[in-house]
Amino acid sequence: MHIDLFLTCVNDALFPATGQATVRLLERLGHTVGFNPAQTCCGQMHLNTGYRDDALDLVRKFVRDFKDSEVVVMPSGSCAAMVRELYAEAARWAGDDELLKDVEDLAPRVFELSEFLVNKLGVTDVGAYYPHRVTYHPTCHAMRALRVGDAPLQLLRNVRGMTLVELEGANECCGFGGTFAVKNPDVSAAMLTDKARHIIDTGAEACTAGDNSCLLHIGGGLHRLRSGARTVHLAEILASTEQEVFI
Amino acid sequence: MSDHGGLHPAQPFPAAAREQVVKAQLRANLRKVTTTIRAKRANVVEELPHWEQLRTLGAATKDASLVNLSDRLLQLEQSVRARGGYVHWARDAKEARDLVARIAQAHGVDELIKVKSITSDEIELNKALEERGIHAVETDLAELIVQLSNDRPSHILVPAIHRNRAEIQALFNAELPGEGALSDNPAELAGAARRYLRHKFLTTKMAVSGVNFAVAETGTVCVVESEGNGRMCLTLPEVLVSIMGIEKVLEKVEDISVFMELLPRSSTAERMNPYNSFWTGVTPGDGPQEFHLILLDNGRTNVLADEFGRQTLRCIRCSACLNVCPVYERAGGHAYGSVYPGPIGAILTPQLLGMHDKNANTLPGASSLCGACYDVCPVKINIPQVLIYLRTEANLQKGLTAEALAMKGLKFMMSEGWRFEGALKLARVGQGPLVRGDAIPSLPGMLGGWTQSRDLRPFPKEGFRDWWKGRSQGTGPADVNAAPPETVQKAEDGPIPPQKKEGGQFDAEPPREDTL
Ligand code: SF4
Repeated sequence: MHIDLFLTCVNDALFPATGQATVRLLERLGHTVGFNPAQTCCGQMHLNTGYRDDALDLVRKFVRDFKDSEVVVMPSGSCAAMVRELYAEAARWAGDDELLKDVEDLAPRVFELSEFLVNKLGVTDVGAYYPHRVTYHPTCHAMRALRVGDAPLQLLRNVRGMTLVELEGANECCGFGGTFAVKNPDVSAAMLTDKARHIIDTGAEACTAGDNSCLLHIGGGLHRLRSGARTVHLAEILASTEQEVFI
Repeated sequence: MSDHGGLHPAQPFPAAAREQVVKAQLRANLRKVTTTIRAKRANVVEELPHWEQLRTLGAATKDASLVNLSDRLLQLEQSVRARGGYVHWARDAKEARDLVARIAQAHGVDELIKVKSITSDEIELNKALEERGIHAVETDLAELIVQLSNDRPSHILVPAIHRNRAEIQALFNAELPGEGALSDNPAELAGAARRYLRHKFLTTKMAVSGVNFAVAETGTVCVVESEGNGRMCLTLPEVLVSIMGIEKVLEKVEDISVFMELLPRSSTAERMNPYNSFWTGVTPGDGPQEFHLILLDNGRTNVLADEFGRQTLRCIRCSACLNVCPVYERAGGHAYGSVYPGPIGAILTPQLLGMHDKNANTLPGASSLCGACYDVCPVKINIPQVLIYLRTEANLQKGLTAEALAMKGLKFMMSEGWRFEGALKLARVGQGPLVRGDAIPSLPGMLGGWTQSRDLRPFPKEGFRDWWKGRSQGTGPADVNAAPPETVQKAEDGPIPPQKKEGGQFDAEPPREDTL
């Protein structure tokens, strides 16, 4: 299958390794991957912060960049949720019927990485090897908006060499929420503190998730606490094999 | 007192939350109660295999009556009058509290009893009555605790959720005369409150209640509560005044049945609610002999008129969304500054007041958009979506702020791939002075909130795009982690087809200065 990668702006800016891992993983599974360099951002930050018109420009851009794709896969639950759950709503708010039609046509072809692997391709063992103690944080958008269910866990359970430890309060939001973390820093920090404490309590070397925005926030907290625990994107674990181990 | 009553937050949410979030006892009390009730709710909801259908039915039932709200209300008015009750229309909080006060004065009472009602808090009834020399006694135990301590409720259903046993013991010892020294034994404390309230029930002539549901066809009014104190208020006094938000009307008596399943499981995590009181007008020789129903608008018709915000009026005040909200759990009800706290408050308060209210304007921002509230809402109000919708409406009121400009700048940068790429290249160079070791520990300006409690990871030396380019041109040294191609495990179904050729025009464009 030819898969178009939507890297997401956060990964583009801060986490190139996640993009590389996604490409290598999909290729290892026998697919071709395309990267349209015109792509930028899904517009989630603009929409969620209340800048609908700016967001709509980016929504239109996304639709333009990917309308011919067979499937679009992205290593981010929240960006996938933006496209699948909120694009149509944003088009309705703007009263733009044409955009709504385009979105309804494109959205079903858009997937978050783990749901694509498990639900669309039916793969739960990607032949990964990752010799570390890891705990998993299910991100809110993947869990509640996309309903990826235990797809990420099915994939993680088949990773060789890895010890997967359960995270207390896993289903609770980490407190990132995009600009929420900047505009409500106190509440966000209170939520982050609880999440970080639970992660540290697991004794894991790393916390993984399917979304680097959440991990940027969680990792930033763990780093500030000098906890020694780090964060790693799910794609990087799944891309690792005995021949090539990501960090 | 404002015309809108107890809706106006005194300060923006972030500031109010900052004051609350540091209270260790409050955090502990909130966490304990919300985690317990949310686990119980999840259990009783799981028992019902048709829960999702019930939610859909609940939403549809409310929507059906909202669509024809004015007809339903006129029908309700007629039915109540036909059964010997009086109906009053109140445009805002002020009109509603004046109505109650006038009824009380007409009967010459200086004290009345109340069954817990958020609508009466919304109109700031107790304060208005007090100013006219009429004392309102709260009969719900938690509401009584809040009243005796001169506090404000902090939860829709558990108004004293922020108080613990020791605090209540001290309060009762100070405020309930003739009880002697009480221990912190819950039974003993409840007993003292019971003796105090029993006396009030038997001696007070007038009562005020809220309304959970009202039926247009029959004029029947319904109050759902769990202590039985409400039942006393609704049956013992001679005069009963019930205040309802106009969205509480349903068409038929049968419509209530779905909510009798949805409401108790969602709110108290019980299969069935202990006290459900229904009354229709007046019945000679039985119950109150004079019944007034006040229909309160107070901004609701504005909410109704907004096709995207309208679903907010489905709310049946079960408080399930409060109990799962991570923001509510840390900040507590008072941070919302309105009688409606939590996720529902964050969308209801600003809409009732109008999006121009500067402090209420910040409430739609009081959410990380985690979506837990939508999952539990028994009438399927898509709270996260309404929050996002309202954030835009709030920003439109604010005009061109620094934030709006920054967002425009970001959008411009992101409106072309090459522009974004260029900006990232500049950022890699420009971040230099901020980087300490392997992190950015402090950001300037608007972004400072981020580094208050977290380190930021710096922009990496090499971007994905460089790696991708090097790779598709077969020259890439950029893939630092990559193994030599021959060691990469291939899938069994054959060799990898050649890469799709990517356009070169973007690569040729130089990054522009104006992108940052
Ligand atoms: S919004 Fe939904 S969950 Fe929240 S109080 Fe209202 S009905 Fe309950």
